[in-house]
Amino acid sequence: MGFTAGIELENLSKSYGPVQAVRGVDVSIAAGEIVALLGPNGAGKSTTIDMLLGLTRPDRGSVSVFGLEPAAAIDRGLVGAMLQSGALIRDLTVRELVTMMAALYPSPFTVDEVLTLAGCTPIADRRTQKLSGGQTQRVRFAVAAVSNPELLVLDEPTAAMDVEARHGFWVSMRAFAARGKTVLFATHYLEEADAYADRIVLMAAGRIVADGPATEIKARVGGRIIRATLPGVAPAELLALPGVTGAESRGEAVVLTCADSDAALRALLSAYPAARDLEVKGAGLEQAFLELTAPTTEVDGL
Amino acid sequence: MSRGAATYTRYELLRTLRSTRFFLFSLVFPLLLFYLIAGGNRHQRVQGIPLPLYFMTGMAAWGSMMAVVSTGARISGERQTGWNRQLRITPLSVSAYFRAKVLTGYLMALLSIALLYTAGLTLGVHLSPAKWLTMTALILVGLVPFNVLGILLGHLLSTDAIGPAMGGIVSLFALLGGVWGPLGDKGFLHDVSQSLPSYWLVQAGRSALGGDLWPGRGWLVVGLWTAVLFRLAARAYRRDTQRQM
Repeated sequence: MGFTAGIELENLSKSYGPVQAVRGVDVSIAAGEIVALLGPNGAGKSTTIDMLLGLTRPDRGSVSVFGLEPAAAIDRGLVGAMLQSGALIRDLTVRELVTMMAALYPSPFTVDEVLTLAGCTPIADRRTQKLSGGQTQRVRFAVAAVSNPELLVLDEPTAAMDVEARHGFWVSMRAFAARGKTVLFATHYLEEADAYADRIVLMAAGRIVADGPATEIKARVGGRIIRATLPGVAPAELLALPGVTGAESRGEAVVLTCADSDAALRALLSAYPAARDLEVKGAGLEQAFLELTAPTTEVDGL
Repeated sequence: MSRGAATYTRYELLRTLRSTRFFLFSLVFPLLLFYLIAGGNRHQRVQGIPLPLYFMTGMAAWGSMMAVVSTGARISGERQTGWNRQLRITPLSVSAYFRAKVLTGYLMALLSIALLYTAGLTLGVHLSPAKWLTMTALILVGLVPFNVLGILLGHLLSTDAIGPAMGGIVSLFALLGGVWGPLGDKGFLHDVSQSLPSYWLVQAGRSALGGDLWPGRGWLVVGLWTAVLFRLAARAYRRDTQRQM
């Protein structure tokens, strides 16, 4: 169809009572991009997706999907989504369910096409209540993709899948995206984001803390973190050390995000012998998120 | 109805026909009970009505009430599994969704009614075509509040709770409405009975016999129950969708 306008989220915010689930999210996705929305549980990924789909009304900010309001884009069959949790309705076969859903859209895939795409052909005649967890997810993928949408949104699609099922699932996603479609998927697995997205938008505590090519984000959150007490040294100086990709000060302490922590540690100790209380942590995602989003880092963010 | 919504409704219907609950409560039980009660007493009369006719309408009322209230079980199931959210990201409109649900409920009710009529014929129920039609029309009108009741319960209750709740509520309506036999000709229970839409469902048989429609009171009771339940259902629906907003 060739859409020039992509997806625009502007200053999106949403609170549930006292909890600020999403705080001022700005994302712009070009048509045809595959973007991962990466973040730990509670980062605000699902709320952001719900607002993108028009399932949740934002407190502030705006959403535009191919230049349209979400509801208008949905009415034209431009959007398909696999929501985070969800089962299938029972007492129908997989083929019947997909046929039922296809009927709702203006220009859907044929039922056979989407069953093949989602790898559901072998289970097409099974009743939906008799499927395994992985098979259910495949059928949910078929239901999400049946409208032949321009934008496919997947909210943690591989949660509760085993490794093999997971691999098969991403093969289907890739086959779909290869038709020039836009895909946005949420995940809390760095490896998935790295392997299947062109771009990673990293979210934590309701904000976007990083946005860039997968390789860049991976270096940033996949490395290690050095923490040291080192008063009176500006973070900018430390950023010049080899292997360091990020530096912040926290009172008397400094936190260095490192692509190569060995080189960084050697250089740090020789250049600043006064550094003490050294700590090197593997930056698991959770850890990396926390480092990236701890309250003291907000100064530059706001 | 658009072609898409029609196809959607067709599968909704298929899915309902396959559910064991519908099969047992709306078809099998009413039929069995009809033969048990009316089989040996086919020449007696209840309130001046031939007993097979009375219990044919009674059991048709019970089965069809169950059929339309069961809409609630499907709504509750769809809320619980998140299917209603999946539907909200399709072009299916809210009104088309409810039309499909109500239409399915009614077609299932008609199936239940047709089955009981057939059973009635085997026990010698004999009416003119016009009277069959009048009786059916009255039953369909009397089912309106129960349809709305199903939608209300579907938005209030969890899937675990709704089965027993529907069974209990419909049984109570059935009992007090005189499905199992009239509750006297006067007195407190009779007054309560006359204020329930289920009473007028059962009375559809008597009306048909006399060739008259319901008296004013029947229309009033059915109308009031519909209006009140509709208000409650609309509120439950709004609350349910806003909680997700």
